[in-house]
Formats: sequence, structure tokens, C-alpha cells
Amino acid sequence: MNEMSNKWIGQSTIRPDGAEKVTGRAEFAADTNMPGMIWGSVLRSPHAHARIVSIDTSKAEAHPGVKAVVTAQDIVDFPVDTPVPLGIQDMRWMCRNIMAREKVLFHGHPLAAVAATSEAIAAEACKLIEMEYEVLPWVIEIEDAIKPDAPILHEYLEHDGKPSNITGTLEHKLGDVEEGFAQADVIIERSFTTRPVHQGYIEPHACLVSVAADGKTTIWSSSQGQFMVRAMTAMLTDMPQSDIRAIPAEIGGGFGGKTIVYLEPVATMLSKKSGRPVKMVMSREDVMRASGPTSGSMSTVKIGATKDGQIVAAEGTFYLQAGALPGSPIRGAAGCGFAPYNIPNVHSVGIDVVSNRSKVAAYRAPGAPIGAFAVESVLDEVAEALNIDPLELRLRHAAREGTKAAHGPTYPLIGFVETIEAAIEHPHYKAPLGKHQGRGVASGFWFNAGGESSAQVNITEDGNVVVTTGHPDIGGSRAAIANVAAELLGIDYRRVSVLIGDTATVGYSNLTGGSRVLFASAMAVTDSAGQVITTLCERAAKIWDIDPDAVTWEDGEARPAGDNAGQFEPLSLADIAAQATQTGGPIGHGAQLNTTGAQGGFATHICDVEVDMDLGIVKVLRYTSFQDVGRAVHPAYVEGQMQGGVAQGIGWALNEEYIFDKDGHVDNPGFLDYRMPVCSDLPMLDAVMIEVPNPAHPQGVRGVGEVPLVPALAAIANAVHNALGLRFSSLPMSPPKVLAALEMPEAAE
Amino acid sequence: MTDIQYVAPNTLDEAVGAFAAAGDDARVLAGGTDLLVQMRSGMVEPGLIVDIKQVAELTSVEETADGGFIVGAAVSGAVLEEHPRFGQVWPGVLEALNLIGSTQVQGRASAGGNLCNGSPAADSVPAMYAAGAIVTVQGPNGSRQMPVEEFPVGPGKTNLAPGEMLVSFTLPPRPPASSDAYLRMIPRTEMDIAVVGVGVSLTLEDGVCTAARVGLGAVAPTVLLVDAAAEALIGSTLDDAALDAAAAACSAACNPIDDKRGTIAYRTKVAGVLLKRTATIAADRAKGA
Repeated sequence: MNEMSNKWIGQSTIRPDGAEKVTGRAEFAADTNMPGMIWGSVLRSPHAHARIVSIDTSKAEAHPGVKAVVTAQDIVDFPVDTPVPLGIQDMRWMCRNIMAREKVLFHGHPLAAVAATSEAIAAEACKLIEMEYEVLPWVIEIEDAIKPDAPILHEYLEHDGKPSNITGTLEHKLGDVEEGFAQADVIIERSFTTRPVHQGYIEPHACLVSVAADGKTTIWSSSQGQFMVRAMTAMLTDMPQSDIRAIPAEIGGGFGGKTIVYLEPVATMLSKKSGRPVKMVMSREDVMRASGPTSGSMSTVKIGATKDGQIVAAEGTFYLQAGALPGSPIRGAAGCGFAPYNIPNVHSVGIDVVSNRSKVAAYRAPGAPIGAFAVESVLDEVAEALNIDPLELRLRHAAREGTKAAHGPTYPLIGFVETIEAAIEHPHYKAPLGKHQGRGVASGFWFNAGGESSAQVNITEDGNVVVTTGHPDIGGSRAAIANVAAELLGIDYRRVSVLIGDTATVGYSNLTGGSRVLFASAMAVTDSAGQVITTLCERAAKIWDIDPDAVTWEDGEARPAGDNAGQFEPLSLADIAAQATQTGGPIGHGAQLNTTGAQGGFATHICDVEVDMDLGIVKVLRYTSFQDVGRAVHPAYVEGQMQGGVAQGIGWALNEEYIFDKDGHVDNPGFLDYRMPVCSDLPMLDAVMIEVPNPAHPQGVRGVGEVPLVPALAAIANAVHNALGLRFSSLPMSPPKVLAALEMPEAAE
Repeated sequence: MTDIQYVAPNTLDEAVGAFAAAGDDARVLAGGTDLLVQMRSGMVEPGLIVDIKQVAELTSVEETADGGFIVGAAVSGAVLEEHPRFGQVWPGVLEALNLIGSTQVQGRASAGGNLCNGSPAADSVPAMYAAGAIVTVQGPNGSRQMPVEEFPVGPGKTNLAPGEMLVSFTLPPRPPASSDAYLRMIPRTEMDIAVVGVGVSLTLEDGVCTAARVGLGAVAPTVLLVDAAAEALIGSTLDDAALDAAAAACSAACNPIDDKRGTIAYRTKVAGVLLKRTATIAADRAKGA
């Protein structure tokens, strides 16, 4: 199956969701409606940090049109002393994130929710809820949160034997860094900061929930995992999972940010209490104030090398802002930063810090861009100090098959070296640069993931194919699965319909995240399709009255396996389907797997920038990314993933940041002042796909969705350094900051 | 819950009458690109919306016999763009208006709405200052005119009296070798609000600048008319010394705030940088005019 001569794998076939989306028919969660539906609205905290003294909802409940009011009392309380893990989340924190309990922890933290006959009445009734607070001092930035006298968010969480905002640590060790640094001739140590950035999905969180009189519950929502929605809602509302049917709506972007719930359990309780279907839709402002961005960070990285260019030791400390409740992606920062390199002595530490801002959620390779920004910036300086080309330095130390990584694994076959070699050979790397222009490079790693996936492959009565998988499609998984199924069955991809099942119609499938979906669901589809082909051969054998072993499946038809099998006209899928009833019944098989063998993804980026020396504007002129994509099952989608990751990296590096006012409120809760790049800010983002098929996967698939973001921050910062001779250790490199640094170079720090 | 009344009168007198009669409760709707956003966010809850897009005086573009223009307050940027002559004579005003928002927004947003919203960062306003536009307003007590720079009085505040609405902009006829330009600084390339905006209009004779006006936005509570910058340009060949002096005048005129869109230091510096770039573009256009 890893043959490059495949007919459908490797084709940029027409996406199955395209026509519905461009004609406006695709149904997103906010488009769903039900008879008798009412609207839910959330009362959110006006304070960044306060103890809840009392909540009086009586006036809201009495307000005409109000059908139900929900507070933390209606949500299951998971006591803080016992971890309740669900995937990478902990329900202790989840229950406190969706509805404040004991304290409000950030401005915008939900306190209560009202369901009423209109959105306006629900919003009006929220204002009638009487709150009494004991306002507390608040802290947002990491450096403030870890000071000894900082306001403590969670008195029961301790670090070093004292209540602390440091709520978790993680450590990776390889060799002995002290010994390593002792051998070094050049040691570079630098500190860096990055700001929290939002995933920026266009579609705000939305759901419609109907709890019927018998308790049977249906949830339509925008999420990256209908099974995640079901599990979290069941736990937070104390319902059996079998009573909840979670239907994945089309999704208007997620990037990791929709791997947790905000509204669904609240709408479920409102529906249960009111007896009516309840719809809830966040505003953009709600999304920006109260849904997870990724962490801000404060890092220090130290790398030592000998004068002949051998890196002998590397050390990193990565503080990540978790937001109001524990759980920042320290594993991504501390684990991925040094992962691309064969360095004998590594010590990498991640530290989780809570503060009074919204709880972080996953964002495309969570934590990894933060680690890579620090590590790849220092590597650039090491290369400069050693007078070695920065790609050459990376190539010399590139991890390859057999390299032991500090975060644990010994790598199997990986394609990192190939990405660097391709970058060195590419015309971009040799193109001339003009005045005030600079070029930077960086590499990056992301773990990728496998895990649970289910699929069902059914043959229709007329001999076509319906494939059902269990993952919301945020990156082209339906198109890619159609290619895989068409290839396996030897038929045109247009004869395959790929659907995303709900929690009642397909087997358990872990959420869309970790760049796992095509890897895992293609394995489940391969298993299912293999069973289908076996059945098709058995049916043909029955029709021909020969042994099933004497039938092969080729080019979409059953054929006698050889001359000894007998002379029969081949039977197509349609021929066999037409006789299915007579030969044993409907044809279809499913598989439910826990997949393993997802191998890491590697990328190397080249970025050219030009700086407007009078305005401080950094413009990305040219960008080329090189990535080991395993096997590009649907190349246009892979290219899109690579471009999308880079575009997000450009925003993170140059302009995106949350701005807080003097009260600890987000001052830019919208796309106007939270400055994500627009199309005209970007050049064509060139994507070079390098295919080193994953030997552990039937189609050679490696996850491709996340690593494209990882090197981008450092590649841009290194390009700015190359242009100006100034190294920005603090993101974003926004125009006021760049202009200030041009006038006073120490401002770059 | 308040009910909202909506009227779309056909004449200016009816529009002014309805608007004045409703007092503070009424809002004028032109393109709605500010009003509807403010209503959705709960900033305003009008009881009456007076849609002025059926009124001829407010929606027409007229080139007068002497070569001036009268532009209705509700004329959208996209409509103005399609006028065969306006963009040749006033390219700076047109480019300023059509830097606002996206293509869709430009199909709705008007210079009148931009001025009445009272934002110091409004893109079309510095260009209108530079152009020397005269605005006509009409209220229950009749009509009056004033230079555009007298219209804004503070962030979100104008000198419209109760019941008055903006009717039109009158732009003067242009001597030969005249043109204008507008530049703004935004961290992105579009879909953003000016951190600083500069409009320059000037006239050249034998390479010497004989008339100039400079409008400066987003650096003070209102858009500023920077006479000192204009004076530095007038009489010069727009040489480096003159541009430096005009830039310094713009920086000196700044009275900005530190906010989420820019710092005091940054805005002050950028005002001067943009003055030089804008004046150079306007001069290049004037040479070709």
C-alpha cells in the first residue's frame, strides 16, 4: 500500500464537504433548531479574582420568559483533592472552568446561566442575578504569579510545601548536562517570553441540547470530538453515557480549542430543568475572554558546543501559563524543544503556572512552538558563534533512526534529515536578499498520536460504499479517507461517501487532535475494508462455487486467482452487491482499534522578512516549509495544513497578543484588535512535502497537522535577527516594539 | 425589551423631521457599519432608526460647474469609487474612504457615517480635512455649513445640534497640478484601525508647493488640522528639509494616548514618518495631474 503508484492515495480529490460549504448548506451547531427551543445565556464574572459570597437567582427566575437558571450547584462537583482524569483533562478543573465554584478566577468566568424564550430575555435575566463577591487581588503574568507574595489562586495546591501558583512540573533528562557543559567551548544562554495566543477559529462555540422527558439527551455541538462531548457532559451532569447522543456538527475551525466543553453541560442542565431544547452560542467576545488560548511562556535555554561544532549539552526551563486552572502544555514545550536533535546531554523542565486568565486549551502542537522558539533561537546564536551555517549545524545533529530522545523514545524511521537537506538544496536558501531584509531558519518536532478509532465500511445494495468514521473533520479527513477506501477497494473515489457518525452510530473514537485522525481512522478503515474484501471474495466463490481462497480482489472486482481456479467472468462490486441477499446477506464490516505506531513529525522552515525601518513593520516576504509528511494521502490538504500552521505562526510571532487593562480584563476581545494576520499580510506560503512513509502504518501515514506551526516563531525571529542584527527574545515582534528596538537595541530583550 | 421603529423617508425634510421629533432616542442609519455594531454590542438601544438612503441629497455625487464636488453623506465608498471623475481629482479622499473595512463594508460605509461616528482614528476624516471640505448639516432650524475640521469636538462627539443631521461634503475646485493622498499605519495590511493616519493635499507650481493642507488622525481626541506642517511645505520644493520640518510639526501636534492600538512614543514618531510619505505621494500625483 506504500506504493507511490497508487491510483487514489496521493490525489487531491474534490473534498466531499465542499459543495455544501460553498453553497451555505453545511449545518453548523448554531444553525440547528428544534420545536420549542429556547435560548441560554451565561452570566460571567466582572472580576478577575473574587470569592463568591452569595448568588441569588430568584429575581432572574421570576422574570417573564425565563424557564430555567443554572449555577455551579447544578453541575457535578469533583472535589479538588482527587484527580479525575479524562484524556489529558482533569474533571476537577473542568467542572470549575465551566461554572465558577467557590471563586471566580478570571474576568468572564461563567457564574450562572439562564434559559429563556429569547436571547434578549435570557441576557436581561442574567443581569437580575444578584451576586455578592469578596474581591481579591489578581495576577496574570507568569513572572508576577511566581513571586513569593503573589495572590494565590488555589490555596490547596502546593509547591515546595507551600500554597503556590506553580501547579505542576515535568522533567526530561538524558545523560549528564553538567558534564556536557564542562566540555563546551561555547555556551549560549538566553531567556525568552511569548504571549498567550488564541486559536482564532472563525466559528464561536455553539450547541443545541435537548433533554427529553425520559432523560434521553441529544447534543448538537461544535467540537473536535463527539465522544469527548458525551463523556464530559455525562460526568458533569451525572448522566449515563448511554443516555446521551452527541452529534458532531460541521465545524468552523478548532485547532485544538474545541477539545474541551464549555457550553454543552450547562445547556444540558438548562434543558433538563426547563424541559425545553436549549441553544447556546458564544459571542466573539465570550470566546476571546473565556475560551482557551494557548499559554504565554517564560523560558530559559542554554546550549553548549565544542569549537569544532559539536553540541554537547542543552538545558531548558519552560514556565507556561495555564490560565485559571492547572494544565498547561508543558509536555509540548519541554518535550519537543530538543527532540529534533541528537544531543548527548539534555535536561528539560516544564513548569505549570496558574493565573487569573482563561484556562488554556490545546492549540496546534500545544507547547511545542514555545519550546522551539527558545531552542531554535539559541541554536541560531550557537551557529553564529561557531561560524557554521545554521542548517548545517542542524543537519549535523539531526535525529534519525536510532537516536534516543530526551523525552523517551528511540526514534524509528523518521524523515528529519531529509527536511534539512531539502531546505539546503532549495533555491530559496540561496536567493539574494535586499536592504533591510533577512533570512532565518528553524526546525521543529511534534509527537503525533494514535489511539482509539472506529470505522464501519458498508456496501450499498447498488454496489457503492459508505464509510462511517468517528472524528469531526477539521483538516480533510473525509477526503483522505475516501481516497484510502477507494484505493483499497479498487474503485473510483466518487463511489465512496465518508460520513462522520455520532456517538450512537459509530464506535468510540478519541477526539480529533494530536494529528491522529487520518493515522488512526485510516487503520480502522483499512481493517474494515480488508474484511469487506474477504467477504466479497467469499460471495464470488459462492457464486462460482469454488474455494474462497481461489478468488482475488483486483481493480474493484473479484477474479479467479489463477488458471487452476477456473474460468469465470470477473464480478464487480455491483454484481456481488446485487446478489448479496442470495449469497449471505448485507455486506459491511467495522473495526474498533487502539492504534499504535504514530511516529513523530519533523519540519524545517526558511523565512525571509523585510523590515520597514521607520515604522517597525516586519513583513514576511517569502516562506518555504519542508516537512516529512509520511505519505500525502491528499496532497492539497497536506499543503493546506502546512500553510495554515505557518500563517498562525506568523500571527503569533508578529502581532497577536492579549492586552489586559488595569482591572485584569482583556482589552482586545475581538478580531479588530486581536491582530491575526489577514490574507494580504502573507506571501504565498510554499510547502515542500517530503514523503518518508511511516512503516508502522498501512498507508505510510504520519500526522501532518501540527508540526507546521512549531518552527515558525523561531524562523521569523531568526530572520529578523538576520535583517537587523537584533535578537527579539520577546514576542510578538509588533511594530512599536521593533521601532523601539531600532532606536534602542536593548528594547529587543 | 424595547421596540425599534424604522423609517426610510424619501425627502430630506421628512428625514430631519422624523429624526428631530424623536430626540435622543433616534439614530441615523446610513451604511450601518458603526450603528449596527454598536446596537449588537448593546452600546446603543435606539427607539427610532432613520434610514437616510432614500434621500437624494444624501446619496448623490455631483460635480459642480466650477469643478468642485458635492458628495452626499450616505454615499458609500464603493459608489464613490465608480464615479468617473471623483477619484481622478481626489484620489486621497477616495483611498482613505476605501481603506475602511472589507469589500463588503466598503459597499455600505460612507464618509458621512465615518465623520459622524466621531472617531479620531476615522480614515476618511484626515483626508477630508486635507481636502478642505465644507460640510452641510440640516436640522429643524434649517441648514448651515462649516469647515469639516469644526465638526468633531471629541471622541464620539460632534457639534451637530439636537435634531441635526449631516447632509453632504462640498469639495472645492482644484487648481492645476493639485492632488492629495492618505496613508495610515496599521500593524496589518487591511481590516484594521489606524494607529496614525495622515492626509495631505497640495498644489504645485513649477515644482514649488503653493498650497497645502495636512490632516492627522488617531493622535489626539479629534482629527487634527496641522497648519504648521502645511506651512512647512508651502513655499518649498518638498525637499528633505521641508519634509523634515513638516514631519516635526506633525509629531509636535500629537497628543496621543497609550492604548491597545499603539504607544505615545510610537504614534508620535510615526506621525512624522507618514507625513513625509504621504506628502511625497501627493506631490507625485500632482506632477502627473
